[in-house]
Amino acid sequence: MLELKDIRSYYGNIQAIKGVSLTISEGEIITLIGGNGAGKTTTLMSISGIVPPRSGEILFMGEPIHEKSPDEIVSMGICQVPEGRRIFPFLTVMENLDMGAFLRKDKDGIKKDLEYIYDLFPILAERRHQAGGTLSGGEQQMLAISRALMARPRLLLMDEPSLGLAPLVVRRIFEIIEQINRENNTTIFLVEQNANLALKVANRGYVMENGLITMADDAGKLLANEEVKRAYLGL
Amino acid sequence: MMRIFSLEEIKKSFFTCLWFGFLTFPIMVVRVNTIEDVVEWRWNNLIIVVFGSFFLSFLWRYMIERKEAGRKKAESGEAEKKPLVRRIMDNPRIYRPLLAAVAIFVLSFPFLFSSYQTNIMTTALIYVMLGLGLNIVIGLAGLLDLGYVAFYAAGAYTYALLNYHFGLGFWTVLPLGAVVGAIMGILLGFPVLRLRGDYLAIVTLGFGEIIRLVMENWNEFSFGPSGIANIPRPGFFGMDLSLTAATNYIYYIMIGMVLITIFFVNRLQNSRIGRAWIALREDEIACQAMGIDKTKTKLTAFSLGATWAGMAGVIFAAKTTFINPASFTFLESAIILCIVVLGGMGSIVGVILGALVLILLPEYLRAFSDYRMVLFGATLVLMMVFRPQGLVSDVRRVYQFKGATEKGE
Ligand SMILES: Nc1ncnc2c1ncn2[C@@H]1O[C@H](COP(=O)(O)OP(=O)(O)O)[C@@H](O)[C@H]1O
Ligand SMILES: [Mg+2]
Repeated sequence: MLELKDIRSYYGNIQAIKGVSLTISEGEIITLIGGNGAGKTTTLMSISGIVPPRSGEILFMGEPIHEKSPDEIVSMGICQVPEGRRIFPFLTVMENLDMGAFLRKDKDGIKKDLEYIYDLFPILAERRHQAGGTLSGGEQQMLAISRALMARPRLLLMDEPSLGLAPLVVRRIFEIIEQINRENNTTIFLVEQNANLALKVANRGYVMENGLITMADDAGKLLANEEVKRAYLGL
Repeated sequence: MMRIFSLEEIKKSFFTCLWFGFLTFPIMVVRVNTIEDVVEWRWNNLIIVVFGSFFLSFLWRYMIERKEAGRKKAESGEAEKKPLVRRIMDNPRIYRPLLAAVAIFVLSFPFLFSSYQTNIMTTALIYVMLGLGLNIVIGLAGLLDLGYVAFYAAGAYTYALLNYHFGLGFWTVLPLGAVVGAIMGILLGFPVLRLRGDYLAIVTLGFGEIIRLVMENWNEFSFGPSGIANIPRPGFFGMDLSLTAATNYIYYIMIGMVLITIFFVNRLQNSRIGRAWIALREDEIACQAMGIDKTKTKLTAFSLGATWAGMAGVIFAAKTTFINPASFTFLESAIILCIVVLGGMGSIVGVILGALVLILLPEYLRAFSDYRMVLFGATLVLMMVFRPQGLVSDVRRVYQFKGATEKGE
């Protein structure tokens, strides 16, 4: 479904990723783990077209997208839940969700998806007229995920959804991730530092260090891998 | 509050007044009388300055203290009193009769007051329109545009020139003015909207000045500094109106235009694109991740704002019947900006109040003509210190807490 071929991306003169290749098939949950500054966020930003790669190719459903603008990429069915949530604090919950559906015109479809989301996260329904900035961290993460779902993505990119959340909330978020994948057949590319949880929900995983992919394997095998255990699982 | 009268504070005020006395000494005390060739020492002025500044510095710190106390109270979670305007607007029992009273007053204005007053009011209404237009750009989209007057000038010159060369009438040119404003907004916006904040402000300021300088120097096109005279007033089914009737007529046209503007801006604010502007102001990256095209969205705001300036320009030309580049200086942009900031960015009622205060106040302060600009300046400074959110603050800029008990729609 998505294929990255030797992607290199820069911030000005600083090279953040140095040749990343990976593939994601339809319906999978794929995770990308790695330490701080490894280049995980940049990889997602490159897929979204916000930090376009300077060389390499990105194919989505066989079509090259690395030269497309971010809005074209969203309209093709790739949406991102950015790192640190980045909800719009002064817009209400409902307005935040509507921003996720920015490119959609089908009113009935939007309404149906809104109901689906209020089912998924009843707390958001309760808070629908409240400003996004007044939500708790966990609620904001739920809002960020829901906002991305409102674009009806075929591929959902998630950047560290567990960041800064209490363990109980994190578990709930991961349950939801699995549920979204199962119910809508949404392919999920999950970037995480919480390698333990991420590898448990994922089918396959990639490990990233210093802008390069250093390991790729089935999630179960990575969980058992000595190196991964030492570096990312703290065992 | 008692803290203000401590020894420490008295010492502060003492040094303040000494410093003020010293600073103003050369202009307030010494006067060289060139006729009799003597130096006059006006010591009593020094006394006024010293005692005045001593007292004022106390007052100033007292006000600041009160403001701080108010803010602490708000932060510590005590329910803040809703501002007066918001209380009025939230209560239909007050708001409806008030609106009716305002409507009656506004409609009967030309019959109650002289046409001199009507004229001033029309000017104020033009600024209401300009303020509401700029409010789209600054208040909603958060783009600091200091060259807004360029679009106003474009509208005015569109009418003046099209009328001069082709004899087109007011009603034909009014929509054309809007189109010219929009096109200019896009042309200017395209290259500059990649810039942010201060850079955008500087470039738009430069653009405003360039347009004015071109108008001033391109004699063959715009008749240079001497401007264009004898621009016809709006036609009324081909009838010749007396001067008073024409003044009243433009006043009513302006009322209509302001109502249309309010309607549009209100619709915009509550539309998806309006929310996208707010979202873009808050977080550009999140917007991009949601598929909101940064440039296109900003460009829409920029050119929609310019559209209103273009129309206001056409009306301005028709009202004054004479335009020249001197009407479109940077000061004009600054006043419109003040209207938006003073009124409260993003708030329609605020901008209307801001325009009325800023345009009518200097007119009615003519009685104190010597001090009028000083009072004007002082009002602005005080406003910015004590009410930086403007006369009416935009609800959007304050998180609203609505509990779970609030019923859904
Ligand atoms: N906006 C930016 N400007 C310059 N350098 C950046 C920027 N964002 C990230 N970087 C650099 O790029 C590298 C990769 O960062 P990032 O993709 O955010 O890593 P991760 O998400 O894995 O923590 C880091 O060295 C970081 O310092
Ligand atoms: Mg990151």
